[in-house]
Amino acid sequence: MANYYQPEIETASREQILAWQNERLIKQVQHVWDNVPYYRQKMEEKGVTPADIKSVDDLHKLPFLTKADLRDAYPYGLMGKPLSECVRIQSTSGTTGRRVVAFYTQHDIDLWEDCCARAIVAAGGTKDDVCHVSYGYGLFTGGPGLNGGSHKVGCLTLPMSSGNTERQLQFMTDLGSTILCCTPSYAAYLAESIHEAGLRDKIKLKAGIFGAEAWSEEMRHDIEEKLGIKAYDIYGLTETSGPGVSFECSEQTGMHINEDHFIAEIIDPNTGEVLPEGSKGELVFTSITKEAFPLLRYRTRDICVLTRKPCSCGRTHVKMSKPMGRSDDMLIIKGVNVFPSQIETVLMEQGYPANYQIIVDRVNHSDTLEVMVEMAPDKFSDSLAEIAEQEKKLVNALKAMLGIYAKVKIVSPKSITRSEGKAVRVIDKRKI
Amino acid sequence: MSVHQISVFLENRAGQLADVTKLLAANAIDLRAISIAEATDYGVLRLIVDDAEKATQILLAGGYILSKTPVTVVSVPDQTGGLAPVLSVLAEGNLDVEYMYSLFTHKDGKAYIVFRISDEAKFISLLNAHNIALADNDELGLK
Repeated sequence: MANYYQPEIETASREQILAWQNERLIKQVQHVWDNVPYYRQKMEEKGVTPADIKSVDDLHKLPFLTKADLRDAYPYGLMGKPLSECVRIQSTSGTTGRRVVAFYTQHDIDLWEDCCARAIVAAGGTKDDVCHVSYGYGLFTGGPGLNGGSHKVGCLTLPMSSGNTERQLQFMTDLGSTILCCTPSYAAYLAESIHEAGLRDKIKLKAGIFGAEAWSEEMRHDIEEKLGIKAYDIYGLTETSGPGVSFECSEQTGMHINEDHFIAEIIDPNTGEVLPEGSKGELVFTSITKEAFPLLRYRTRDICVLTRKPCSCGRTHVKMSKPMGRSDDMLIIKGVNVFPSQIETVLMEQGYPANYQIIVDRVNHSDTLEVMVEMAPDKFSDSLAEIAEQEKKLVNALKAMLGIYAKVKIVSPKSITRSEGKAVRVIDKRKI
Repeated sequence: MSVHQISVFLENRAGQLADVTKLLAANAIDLRAISIAEATDYGVLRLIVDDAEKATQILLAGGYILSKTPVTVVSVPDQTGGLAPVLSVLAEGNLDVEYMYSLFTHKDGKAYIVFRISDEAKFISLLNAHNIALADNDELGLK
């Protein structure tokens, strides 16, 4: 039996989905025009009025919103409803600048929880499950989102929040948790702890829903193997409600975007031009049902690919790949897209510090890529041959990940400048 | 019988060697031998010092990455051809020299050579068989 929370929506025909999107987009643009002066001004600057938006095909006429807009408009500038109509605030961690504050009406929360419920059911959840939510509760959207979704499905919900691993394991074994929701890194930590405590036979977990962080396929296999579960990805941003914007199904080959609530586009991050299906580019979301925080054409900065290839799970909503990097970081070297995050992944896998610097240059009309890496205590040896062997392994791993050769330069520990906030990872001498 | 050698990672950049020796001097560490093995971008600085433990602590606190390796120090007559018998032993035992360098110390007509050999145990037993003396910490005045 196929598992859907809202089968009539999740397996709707393409025509039906488009009909919903057209109707809701037109209504949403009018709502924003009437209630959000900040965005109305952006539309006016671009010479667009609600009358210009007759269907999804006209979406490209609307101006983008970026994180910078959210900061400019902080805290109330992008609200679509008066505060008296709002019942909840959630917020980002604010690690890369001012916090993003998002507002919700009761209706917004209902729809958000529906999205999370779809993710739980897609992971095999039913009302007979014990859903163990170890995302943080509070301002972070992870805990509240999955908690609400779990209630909607009718699971017995354990609002564990994060931390206190000993208690997590005790509840998991004593109360027979069957679905675990948390960040992938915490899942990996719990898996390790369960493994070490020899509790593998005492747990009843069958599935995990892990998101809010980038994670690799290797990490998925590791968690799946250690816990004996299927591990599903879930995606979302505070700006668009939280987790549940998209989620993985049994096929585990991408996340279905809830297209009845969000219209997804892929754009060229440099020109803003909309790219055809199957192109790699920046993901842009338009919320078409949100009342309190109705963002139109919000640039996520996440780079991914969309596909409408029919899915074996029966869902008809478009699928997005795992984000492959951030558009603000993307480099084009020898015609290949390179993301610092890919380099970081390799360094960490190979046991080097994540503090690194990438130097791109052009020598004899050809791009060069150099990665400066700090020596680590366990990579050092009295033998130059052994250091060189480690270096060669790193070069090969980078080549395998990036598809192009990167020269590795090993430098003194702590010699790469550490800046406050976001580190300067890339020096592109081609632009100097 | 082995002596502790400290190997320090150094980037190939002007002033790196000066920095590390200054740090040791400021802490009254006496260098007894110094050698560098270099690759293109970095090198390994190998040191024998009077107090290996103290030097290790100082270097680690200074943010250096290092390792301690036991090495064999051979005592040879400080005269022409003094090293030859040791090298014959290496040839006889079919042993590979990974690296070697000499200490600054000269004492009672003797000179001292640091050896790092592929098979240290075999090397020492062959030296013993040929009555070639090894130097220990006491003889070299090391802690």
